[in-house]
Formats: sequence, C-alpha cells, structure tokens
Amino acid sequence: MQRHHPVRTIHDSLKASGVSRRDFVTFCGKLMVAAPFGLSITSFLSPEAVAQEVGKARKPSVIWLHMQDCTGCTETLLRTSQPDLASLLFDVISLDYHETVMAASGKDAELALHDAMTANDGKYVLVVEGSIPTKDNGAYLKIAGRNGIDMLTEVAARSAAVIAMGSCASWGGIPSSNVNPTGATGVDSIVKNKPVVNLPGCPPNPYVLLATILEYASTGKPPKLDAKGRPLFAYDRTIHEHCPRRAHFDAGRFAAQFGDDGHRSGWCLYKLGCKGPITHAPCSTRHFNEVVDAWPIGIGHPCVGCTEKETAFTIPIHTTASITRPTPPDQYPTIVTEREGISPLATATAGLVGGALIGAGVMFARSAGSQSSEE
Amino acid sequence: METDRRSLFKTLAVAATLTVIPTTAQARERRIAPTDAVGLLYDTTRCIGCKACVVACKEANGLTADVDGYGGGLYDAPESLNEYTKTVIQLYRDDSAGEYSFVKKQCMHCVDPACVGACMLGALNKGAFGVVGYDSSKCVGCRYCEVACPFNVPTFQWSKRSSKIVKCELCRHRLVEGKEPACSEVCPRGAVRFGRYDDLLADARARLAAEPDRYVQRIYGERELGGTQVLYVSHVPFENLGFRFDDEQSVPHTQQTVQHGVYQGFVAPLALYGILGAVMFRNRRARKTDEETQ
Amino acid sequence: MSSDAVPVGGTLLTRGYKALLALGVVGIVVILWRFAVGLGTSTALSDGYPLGLWIALDVVTGTALACGGYAVALLVYIFNRGKYHPLVRPAILTSALGYTMAGASVAIDLGRPWIMWKIPLYFWSWNLNSALLEVALCIMAYVTVLWIELAPALLSRYEHTGPQRVQRLARRILPILDRALIWIIALGMLLPTMHQSSLGSMMLLAGPRLHPLWNTPFLPLFFLMTCLAMGYAMVVFESTLSSSAFRRRGETSMLLILQRVAVGLGAAFVIFRFADLAYRGRLPMIATLDLFGIMFWLETILWLLPAAMMLIARTANPGVLFAGAMSVALGGAFYRFDTFLVAFQPGAGWHYFPSVPEMVVSIGLIALEIALYIAVVRRFPILAGKASPAH
Repeated sequence: MQRHHPVRTIHDSLKASGVSRRDFVTFCGKLMVAAPFGLSITSFLSPEAVAQEVGKARKPSVIWLHMQDCTGCTETLLRTSQPDLASLLFDVISLDYHETVMAASGKDAELALHDAMTANDGKYVLVVEGSIPTKDNGAYLKIAGRNGIDMLTEVAARSAAVIAMGSCASWGGIPSSNVNPTGATGVDSIVKNKPVVNLPGCPPNPYVLLATILEYASTGKPPKLDAKGRPLFAYDRTIHEHCPRRAHFDAGRFAAQFGDDGHRSGWCLYKLGCKGPITHAPCSTRHFNEVVDAWPIGIGHPCVGCTEKETAFTIPIHTTASITRPTPPDQYPTIVTEREGISPLATATAGLVGGALIGAGVMFARSAGSQSSEE
Repeated sequence: METDRRSLFKTLAVAATLTVIPTTAQARERRIAPTDAVGLLYDTTRCIGCKACVVACKEANGLTADVDGYGGGLYDAPESLNEYTKTVIQLYRDDSAGEYSFVKKQCMHCVDPACVGACMLGALNKGAFGVVGYDSSKCVGCRYCEVACPFNVPTFQWSKRSSKIVKCELCRHRLVEGKEPACSEVCPRGAVRFGRYDDLLADARARLAAEPDRYVQRIYGERELGGTQVLYVSHVPFENLGFRFDDEQSVPHTQQTVQHGVYQGFVAPLALYGILGAVMFRNRRARKTDEETQ
Repeated sequence: MSSDAVPVGGTLLTRGYKALLALGVVGIVVILWRFAVGLGTSTALSDGYPLGLWIALDVVTGTALACGGYAVALLVYIFNRGKYHPLVRPAILTSALGYTMAGASVAIDLGRPWIMWKIPLYFWSWNLNSALLEVALCIMAYVTVLWIELAPALLSRYEHTGPQRVQRLARRILPILDRALIWIIALGMLLPTMHQSSLGSMMLLAGPRLHPLWNTPFLPLFFLMTCLAMGYAMVVFESTLSSSAFRRRGETSMLLILQRVAVGLGAAFVIFRFADLAYRGRLPMIATLDLFGIMFWLETILWLLPAAMMLIARTANPGVLFAGAMSVALGGAFYRFDTFLVAFQPGAGWHYFPSVPEMVVSIGLIALEIALYIAVVRRFPILAGKASPAH
C-alpha cells in the first residue's frame, strides 16, 4: 500500500508502476460495462476517452472498514481472473487501510488507520463492509475495545463520502435477518451527516464500487441516487427487466425442477423462486469474476434478491415472488384484435354487379310497361 | 265458395298461429350447473401475463404454432383464439387511467351453452363434469355454433380442406386420467385455478370479501348468460376485459322457448298437415262434383 | 290435374344462353378451387362472421325467392283458385331449382360436407333444440317433394313419345303420382312453413349479438310472411320475364292479384314489425341513422314502395308489376341479409364482405339455375298460355 506519498493523478501512478496502457483501457472498458449511462466518467464514446478522463483524476484515498461482515465484499473486489487487474487496482485507488489485505495487525493496524485518516483528512472515501450491531450498546462488535458504532462515527466524520459496500452495510444484511439478535443495521442508520451511497448486494459487483469511487475522484460528487441511496446507474432496474432469460418468461417457458429439460434448456427460473422481478440490482448485465454468465441466474439458480431488505434472507429462496404490478411488454395481444379489412376489389365488384342487375331490371320494367301501353 | 273461403281463412289463421307465434305459457326452465361440475377460477390480480398457460395448452392439445400476427413468422405469438390456439392471454391497458390487466380467454363452459343448443347432431355437447366437449365425427362444419356463442369461443379450421371446430375442452383427456387442465397446472402464480365449481365459487366469494378494495365486487360467470363454469374475478371493470354481456338469461333460452312453443311434441306441424290435406281433399271432391254436374 | 302446358321449344343455345353457361362453368371451376384450397383462402369468412354470402344469399334469400311454388300452391290448392293453375308448374320448377341450388350452396359452404348424410340418418343424435337441424331436415325433405311434384310435368312429356322403356315407366308412375299428389302437395306446403320460420328462429340464437331492430321473438313469423310475399313477387317477376323472353302473352290480370297479395303481406309485415318494435320499447332506435337505422329504412321503403306504385298506377301495367315485384324481392333480400349479416354484431375488430370468389360462385350457381330453367321450359310442358302475336 502506498502511504505517506504525495497525492498524484491515477495516470501518474500507473505510469510509475509500469502498468500497460492497454490494461488500463481494458479496465476502463469494464467500467463502461458497469455504468453504461448515468455516470459522468463513463459518458464517453470509447474506453480510450474514459481512460483519458479517469487518468486525470487524483488517485482517491480509500479507507475500508469491516464490521459484521463475511469479507465477501472484499473478496469480490479481489476475485479477478486477470492478475494484471489486481495490481492495476492499487494504482487506481489508494487503499490506505484494509484489514484483510494489509500486512499490519494489532497495534500497528490501529496506527495505520490513524495515519491514513490524518494524512487524507476530509478527502478519503470511506468504504464500509458489514452491518453494525446496535443492541446492548453495540457490544457485539468491538475492535481494540471500541464498539463498531463509535468507530464508524469517528472515521466517517473525517471522510469525504461514505460508501456502504454490500447488503450488510446498506441495510443490515444476513445478521439483521429474522430476530436480528445483535440489532444489526446499515451504515446510513448511524452516519447522518455525510453522503452515504448504498451498494447492496451479496456481494455487489466490484466494478460498480470502483465506478462509484472513481466518480467521486473525478467529479467530487456522488452519482445520482434513488430513494434508498442506491446509484441509479446500477440499481434503477430490476433483474427481471434486464434478464437474458426474459424471453422465456414472456413465452411461458419455465424450469419446473432443477435438472429437468426446461432447466437444462436455460428456461426462466421464476417457478423455482427467482426474485428477479422484485430485485433491483445490476447483475443481469454485469456478471462476476469477469466470466460471462458467472452470476446466479446465469449458472441456473434463481436470484435470491440479495440487494433488497424485504426479500433477501426473509422470503424463502424457492418461494415465488409476488409480482403485484407487472409491467406489460410493449407488444402484447390486446382485448380487441384488429382483423383483416374489407377488400375494395370485392366491394367494387359487388357494386358493379348489383348496380348492373338492378339497372337491367329497371330498364326491363320500363320496356315491359311501354310495350303493354302500346298493345 | 263463400263458405269455403271464410272457413278456410279461419282454419288457416288458427294453423298459422299455432305454428309461428311463440307460446309464452311454457317458458324454458333455467339450468343450473351439474353437481359434479368442475371449472376454472381466473384472478386478474394474480396473473403476470407470462403465457405459460398458452404454451402448456398447446403442448397438451397438440396444437401447432401460430406465427402470423406479431410473431413475425418466427414466434408462436397468438393474438386471440383461433384454430391453433385454445387459450390466450390478452392485455387491457389504459395509460391515461394508469390501469392495466391481463385476461385469459378460453371456453367458458357455460351452464346452458348456446353452442350445444345450436349443434345439429350434438357434436358439441355438455358432458361429464359439465365440460362442453366436441366430437368431430358428428360435425359437418356448419359453424352455427360460432353464430351462437356470445363469447366468440369456437374457432374453425379455415386453413384446412377438412375443417373442424377448435375450442378449449378443459383438457377432458387429462381429466379422465385424474390430472388437471394443463393451464391451471402450469400457472406459476395460481392465477388460474382448477377445481370443483362449488369450491371455486366459494373461493371467489372469499377473495372478494377478504379484499373488497382490491377487486371489482362481482364474479363474472356467476349469473351472466345463464352462468358459466369458468369464473372471473378482476381488479378492473369486466367490460374493459372484453366481457360484453351482463344479461342473466342464457342465450338458448329465447330461441328454444320459441322453438318449443311451436314444435312441442310435433303437434302443430302434424295438425297443420292434416288440415292442409283435408282442405285439398275437400276441394278436389267439390271440383269433381262440379265437373260431374256440368 | 292435367294442364295445357306445352314445351316452349326454340333454340336452346342462344348467345345469351351460352353466356349463362360460361358463367356457370366459371362458377364450377371456382367451386373446385374452393375445395382444393379450403374456405380460408377462397372466402372472406372468419370466426367473427362464420356465415356469409353463400348462406345469406344462396340459402336464406334464395329459398325465400324460391317460395313461389309454396305460395301459388296455397292459392290454388287451399284457397281453391283454380284459374291460377297455369302458374303452378313454372313456380314449382323455380322452387325445385332454387332449393337444389340452395342445397348445393350449403354443401359448398360446409367444412365437412361428406358428413351431411348423417343429418337425416343419425336420428338418435338429433339435437331437437337446434333450429338449424330443423331447417336442414326440412329442406332435404322439401327438395325431394318438389322434384316429386315436378315429376308429372317432366314425365308427361314421355307419356306418348320417347324411348319405349321410359314411356312405360312414365305411364306406370303418373297415375300413382296423381293419386298421391294431394298428400305430396300438402307436404309441399307444410315443409316450407316449418323451415322458413325456422330460418328466422335460427338467428335468435345469436342472442345479445343480434341488433334489437331485428332481434325479436317474432322472427319466425316475420320470415314466414316475407317469404310468402317474396314467393308471389317472384312468380310475377319470372312470369313477366318468361313472357317477354319466350314471346308469349303475359298473364297480367292474374299477376296483378298475386302482386296485390305480395304487397298486402308486405304491408302487414311492416305494420307488425313497427308494432313489435313499439311493444319492445325499441321504436326510438329507428330515428338513429347509423348503419342499422339506414338498413332498417331501406328495407321498409322497399317493402312499401310497391304499394305506393300500385296506388299511383291505376291500371295493371306489367312494367309497374315487374318493378313492384323487384322491390318486394329486394326488400325481402335485404331483410334477410340484414338479419344474418348486418344485424349480427360479433364484436369489435371483425369485418366481412364477400370475397370475389364467393361472388363468382353465387353468380355461377344462379346462372346455372337460370340456364336449367330455360332448358326445362323449352323441352318440357311447363309454361301454359299462348304465344303472343308475331313480333
């Protein structure tokens, strides 16, 4: 990790590390996939242009706190199939404190946190992973004698922005399910005076995190958020609206059991309990581990709705989602079906024939009448 | 000749009256569903328009794909009931009112079916469990059933050289095997439910009572057109879903009251025949007498 | 029941006749094509409009226009007006041909016509509630009766001429027919009463989809009244045409009476219809001039026009009679077309207008019917009356 170095641009950092420009441009391409619209750093027409823009930004300092977590959100960031990206990562962000990957431990770790906060006071991005227990005065999470609530409050106070990474940090996640014995809660219940961006997911897509951080670094502002504090560029749509298996849903082709013909044919998993219709998440178009189709539905398991508080770890995985207001497709059979119209040729023919017959009749009547008057 | 004409007019008037003016005296009894009647209950609030029922129906009944219309020659995308499609889902959508609903269309399996009343040799018949079935061996393809059905259900195989009628028969070939109809079996939301008619009616009533704000307070098919064994509950008015009629009298009622009034026991036609024959006989005898005396 | 009818004779294959045959042949070719390609391709019929031109025109209107035999039989045999007897044979011939053509049209219109034989034979399957079954059985019986009624006219030609075997057959059958004729003719009046009224009650089964201006429990009565009127009108129509075509003196005085009956029946029908509308509370609808209102008034005017014409033209004028007969026939045709097609409302989105092949088939069948009529009238003793002075 880079400590005590003067803050410099990402471009400079990459240059100093000797990372190839090609790898960086590839990385920027992945950012564009993660945020196809709604983000200023990716609103360019090519990865090169994005690379240009991102390269100009100052390398952001990131402090990463772990609360009641499983470290999955860290893993998702580190789980890449391209070793180059792992090294690239530390040229794009300055990960100044991270309990899992840093070398220090014990008192050295405490010191590292303190130094990181001091060196980047007011400028660092705080990423929080895991929920914060609040019951019994937060006694269920203590690090070096301090409980999670206090730790979070203190670190957040001196941050520029806070990102709640993962469902646990966003709304409480697994620890908060059912009876919630520890009173687990999300970051935005505790941090009130800083902008908090929620990135729910279990885990969320790492590129969404990176895009959010880099947006901060580049523009100094968070991306546009929805009512639940989630960035719109990733969470504005449900899985269902973007699902590659949607055509099967629309055509009524459902897998009824794991391993049956429908399942093997890649049919819709709705009947197996897929929560796609009620889950806002970017997974259907941004897969994991940089492997195509490496996401739940892609490998044949229904979405469990891990981003949504009302769904994940609450509604059983194989219970079908209740869709109360399905959005009908644009093309759908209507109540009144317009049928073939009337052929103008037919009407013309009928008119001609009918008219001719009636005309002939009238003429005959006239001649018959005049004949008899002659007799 | 004078007496002839007067008495003739009288007898003919009586005969004509007998034969054509409807008798109101014997109105036809209102039919009720058989005790073992089965049916469907369709709930628009649960339907998500996935068309699994359409697909399953086609598979269970061996129907071919319907690629005309917006299927663009590639997709099986039926827009309405036709010779390839025994059930279809349609969408009612009113963007200005902000409301929409899916609706499933298929044979209503009426308690007093118009099509059964129409069919000359009983190819369409109300059979076991009150299901309206079709036996093509007795069908000449006259399409009178299509004239009769108020729901536009029976469809004709226009594309074939030998054309039969095609319509939902509630998968009676599966019912005899103890299975339920394909559509209700596959429905992922339980929007279309199969069961005994009495149970379905009770269920529908319970749903309306439990959530009065969610549903229009009417079960379509409970009384309309004599009652149907396929029942509908909905969150939008039924007219918007294409259900045009709310008259409680069954379609065959009027026509059969008229018909029976005339042909009861074939008395009137036989009587008329007798009168015609008798009159002609008398006329011929009178004419022969005239000729003889001349 | 002998008659002084004689074959008209003369050249059969005139230019006009050949034109009729040509039309007929084209019609038959199209019929064969219809069986090759199916009803979907050859007609404009659809699930919304399953009955079309072939039923509304050829069958429903065609049989009504062919009610001349029925109408004249009533006059001659029940009302004992023997002086109209010369009109019986041509009327029966028209009826026989008309009903045969209607039967052919039904066979062409059916989806599976080879099952037709089951209709009269499978009595255990009969649905006695079906108006169409009644119509089908009755028409099948009536066609048979009509040809039997016509048999004396056809056979009498062979009584003393022609091949020996045929002569013997004719001489054996004719007396049997003569004795049985009362009961056959009585059937020939009973059957049309039944099926013409049933044709009306057929459309009652369209129920709420039949427009209120036509939907009345009195449909059977109205169909019966109009078919009788049309029968008389068609006798006037054809008699006038025949007289002109075959250069015979017209029987104007007789036709005048027939036309009066037709006009009277028509006026009664119109009055009954208005009364029925008032009784059912539907009278205000006639003021709305939508398609239905316009067709209603068209029918009414066509039915009342002959009465007006006859009142205006004081003398018996064949032209006036002919025009009046045409008006009655058209009024009746429109009434039936409207009942079966226009007033039938299958719902939004459906349209129907006969396709050109449908029209070609109907025209072809009518042309064949006319051609057969002419052929029979020329070769068999059908028409009575004298030739008119040299023209």
